[in-house]
This record gives sequence, C-alpha cells and structure tokens, in this order.
Amino acid sequence: MSGQAKAFRPEPSALTRWLILGIVGLVFLVPIIAMVEFTLRRGLEGGYDFSRWIAVFSGGLTGEYKGILTALGNSVVLAIVTVIVMLVILVPTMILVQLRFPYLRRAIEFLCLLPITIPAIVLVVGLAPVYSVVAKMFGSGVWTLSFAYGIIVLPFAYRAIQANLQAIDVITLSEAARSLGAGWLTVLLRVLLPNLRRGILSASFISVAVVLGEYTIAALLNRVNLQTALVIVSKSDPFVAVIFALLALVFAFLLLLAIGRVGAPRRKRSSTGASS
Amino acid sequence: MSLTTRRDAGVTVEFRSVVKEFPGHRALDGVDLTLQPGEFVALLGPSGCGKTTALRVLAGLEDATSGSITIDGTDVSGLPANRRDIGMVFQSYSLFPHLTVLSNVEFGLRMRKVPKDERRTRALAALDMVGLGVQAERYAHQLSGGQQQRVALARALVTEPRVLLLDEPLSALDARVRVQLRDEIRRIQIDLGITTLFVTHDQEEALAVADRVAVMRAGTIEQIGAPEELYTRARTSFVAEFVGLSNRLDGEVDESGTVVVEGVRLPLIDTTTPLGPVSAYVRPEDVVFATEGIPAEVVSSSFLGSFRRTTVRLSSGALVRIQHGATAPAAVGDSVFLALTGAAVAVQQRA
Repeated sequence: MSGQAKAFRPEPSALTRWLILGIVGLVFLVPIIAMVEFTLRRGLEGGYDFSRWIAVFSGGLTGEYKGILTALGNSVVLAIVTVIVMLVILVPTMILVQLRFPYLRRAIEFLCLLPITIPAIVLVVGLAPVYSVVAKMFGSGVWTLSFAYGIIVLPFAYRAIQANLQAIDVITLSEAARSLGAGWLTVLLRVLLPNLRRGILSASFISVAVVLGEYTIAALLNRVNLQTALVIVSKSDPFVAVIFALLALVFAFLLLLAIGRVGAPRRKRSSTGASS
Repeated sequence: MSLTTRRDAGVTVEFRSVVKEFPGHRALDGVDLTLQPGEFVALLGPSGCGKTTALRVLAGLEDATSGSITIDGTDVSGLPANRRDIGMVFQSYSLFPHLTVLSNVEFGLRMRKVPKDERRTRALAALDMVGLGVQAERYAHQLSGGQQQRVALARALVTEPRVLLLDEPLSALDARVRVQLRDEIRRIQIDLGITTLFVTHDQEEALAVADRVAVMRAGTIEQIGAPEELYTRARTSFVAEFVGLSNRLDGEVDESGTVVVEGVRLPLIDTTTPLGPVSAYVRPEDVVFATEGIPAEVVSSSFLGSFRRTTVRLSSGALVRIQHGATAPAAVGDSVFLALTGAAVAVQQRA
C-alpha cells in the first residue's frame, strides 16, 4: 500500500523517516540473521562453518533435495497463474463496475473481502468436492490450485486496485479518450491500465507473496508447493529446511524486484515527482 | 497562431425532438435545436435542467431515447462517441495523468493514425494556439487548473473536429482565469470557425461569449436567442429571472394589452397574456431616480465600480433594485422618487 503512505502530508522529517526505516529493518533483519546463524552452527561442538550449505549444493540440482526445487517450480507456476487469473478477471470487473455499474460496488467489495473472514481450513472443506470436479475438467495439475489461490488473494488485490481506482477519475478519463476517437479496448489499454499501474503492481506483489507463503490449502488438497515441501524437509533435517527457507526468501525478494522492474515507470518520471 | 489547416466554416448540428429518459426521470423532454455552421451556442440553465445531458447525447456518451441528432446533415444517433468526430472539454480536469502535455494533445491524432512527425507538428501548433507551447514536456499535475483546461482545449481542437463541445469547462477555475479563458475560447472559436456548443449555469458567461443562448428548463428549451434579445425580451418569467437580475413587481394586465405596474403602463413582451393580476419582471436598469413619481426609501446601496446598485422599499413594501451611475448619491434612509423607463417586461400570471 505504498500509494496510500505517499498520500500523507506533510511528510515526516528525514530523521523520523530513517528511524522508522531502521526499526522496520531491524524487525525484518533479526529473524533472518538468526536463521543464517542457525544454519552455520556446527552441531554440539560449537563454532560455525558452511558445511551444511555446501552439503545442500553439492548434490546439485538432481541431488536429494530435488523435491524442493520441483516444489519451488510449482509455487512459481502457481504464483504466475494466480496473478494472471487475478488480473484477467478482477481488473476488468472492477473497471466495469466503476464505469457502468457503480451500484454494484458495495456488493463486489463485500464479495472480495469475504475470503479474509473465512479461515483457510474452512475454505478447504468447501473446496475439496469442488476440486474433484476441477480435476475432471482440467486434470490434476498443480496449477489448478491457482483457482483457489485466486480467491484467497482477492481481498488484498481488491484493496490495492480499489485505492488506485478511486484516486483517478475513471469516468472522465475514459470519456475524454472516447471523444478523441479511442475505442473501448484502446481506452482500457492506453488510458486506464497505465494509470492503474501502481495498483495493479501492488496487487501482483501481494498475490505473489501470498501464494509463495501458502500452506494450508496445498497441504490439505495433497498438492506440493514450496511450503509443503519445506515442512517435509524440516521433519528430516531442520537445518536444511531453514537453508531452503532462506533461499526461498531470497528468491521471493528477487522475484518481487523483477516484477517491480518490469512495471517500473520508464524514463525520468519518478524523479519529477509524478507519483502524486 | 492557428491550426495547420484552418476551416472557413463549421457544420450544421441539429437536435430534433430529442428525448432522453433515465430510470425515474426524463432529462430531455423533446429538445429541438439547430446550430448554424460556425455558430457558438450556449446552453444555459440551472443544474438538473438537462443541459449537460443534451451535450452528452450529442457527444454520443449517452444514447437518446428517441429523436434524432444530425451533424452536417447525417444522422449520428447510431454512431459511438469515438466515431462522431467531435472535440470535447470537460468540467473536471481530464488530461491523462500518465502522459506529457504533448502526448495528451497527440492522443487524438494517434487514434487517427497520423504519422509521427505530422502529429508532433500539429500538436505543438495547437499548444501554441492556447499559449502553452513551452509546457509540452510537463505533466498535468505540474500545471495550474487554467493551464490544464487550455491543454484540454488544444487536445480537443487538434484533430480539427466538426463540432466543439464545452461542458462547463470554466467552472473549476477562479474568477480571473475564468474570464480570461472564456474570452480566449471565444477568440479561438471565431478563428477556427468551428460550430460550438457550450454548457454553463453561469448566465454572465453565456451572455458574454455566445452567438445565441438557449435557456433550458426541465428538459426543454424555454427560449433561444441572441444574448441581447434574451435579456431585453425574456418571453417567460423563468428566463427573465434566470438571465440577469430582475425586480418582481405586482401589476395588472388591462384591455389595452399593457401591464400597469405602480401606476405606470409598461408594454408586454408577450402580448397574448390574458387579463388579470400578474408579476412583472422589471430590470434594475429600467428603474431610474426621478424628481417625482413612485415614492420609495433607500434600504441599501453597494458600490460596484463603474456603477452602483441600490435597493429601495416601495410604499407597498416591495423591494426594488436599481442600477445607476456610481456618482449618484444614495444614502440609506433617503426618501427618493422612482420612474420606470418603459421598457417591455415579462410577466407571470398570479392566482
């Protein structure tokens, strides 16, 4: 929700900003450093070395931890499909509601926020019979889990996009574009989506983060994703599990960075303070 | 200072019995209006009178329920907004926030697949026309409200549309900029000779710039005419009250076809008014101070630069506003006499 934070005025002083950054950074750093420290321990005799890291990588991609890589691959596929499902269904729906059916706004909002009130475990109970049908139609590939994930990311994605949608005058912009000769598709692609970039990006970020961290639904529907694989590994070797958790963090970080780059404003826009 | 290819004459636009119904109310109740080529027509009326709806129906942003709209003789009722070849400036700021000023102006040309070089040249020429050529690389949020509306005007005109639609483009601006831009819009419109429909709720604005003003009320056009005609010969009480300032005085229509107000005979604008008691609408400049006549007492007086507006109370208790030279003294409490100049008045029947 960086968009909302930016809207605050007056801005806090430089000192306050660094203080906040420092505290937040500490909150994130302490557990990560602790994890690193944990993986470097040499068991009962004390001291530190890289033996566990070397052991994990010595097997190469085909080694005994291949399962984790497969699971990671699954999670990435799930994240991508979920984001696509979210973008293709949610964004046009929300734009359409804003433009043409404003009286449906409340209903859509309620619907989208509903999943956050339903515990994943309850969701699974309902999803299990649904997935027996899904499996018949689409096969039992891991990616079908994205349908369920598309539901659990709804509240987060909705809030991110809605905040952006309310900040721009969708109706006037689209009418202006139409009066200038643009068809509906052009209005969507060249006028609305570029102005919704911020909201769509944060919706994508949060969707990726949610999917990469999802355990309950995958475990209960007997699918393999990163989290379920990590749990299995941690049962046999807690050190390796933490190593993979760290790697997963780095991976998620890189992934979000990449998405941010792809959607980043081109040229010198950010330097001119075009954000407001 | 003008677009690359200048048009000598605009096109005719015609509304024929246009009706627009929204669930629960009828926004347009049979509008008939013809805009001559190159004419600047203002639609004037209070909010909710249907003026914006009329403009939106012409733009294709709303579909008419019935009736037809023709541009240059062809019926455009079935055409979507993007194929009507119109330029439009909106009330709220409508520049695309993600594009520079130049790209904003180029947008319509891009839609028409104009080659890159020509696009740039024409867009810059349009920006020069509104005096913003140097701001081409800026973004909307870096401009003032008046500048944004200028860019919007350039953007609407750069494609050389057949019709220019202005939907209260000045209402978000402050007074000084409003007057300035208003005159500039009129200058550019005359320069290009483009048929223009201008929607406003501000009567001063409408009277100042339009060739003809159409006063709307409850979905129909109450009266249409040149500003002077509308002001001096308001056919209905609504027009008399909405356009300019009016004093509402009790009177009586007699057999001679005139109305007697405070003992003075005044000609009627609408001579078909039946006999009986009426309210007559007398303009403040049609009431003057005199040495004898209608006695009154000064209630208040305000200095308005080149003139003064004084409110007096008649013996009947009615308040009358008088517009007169700034030098004429008018102290509160003074006893004065009034005379009527005898200009024709609009009346409304009283029960």
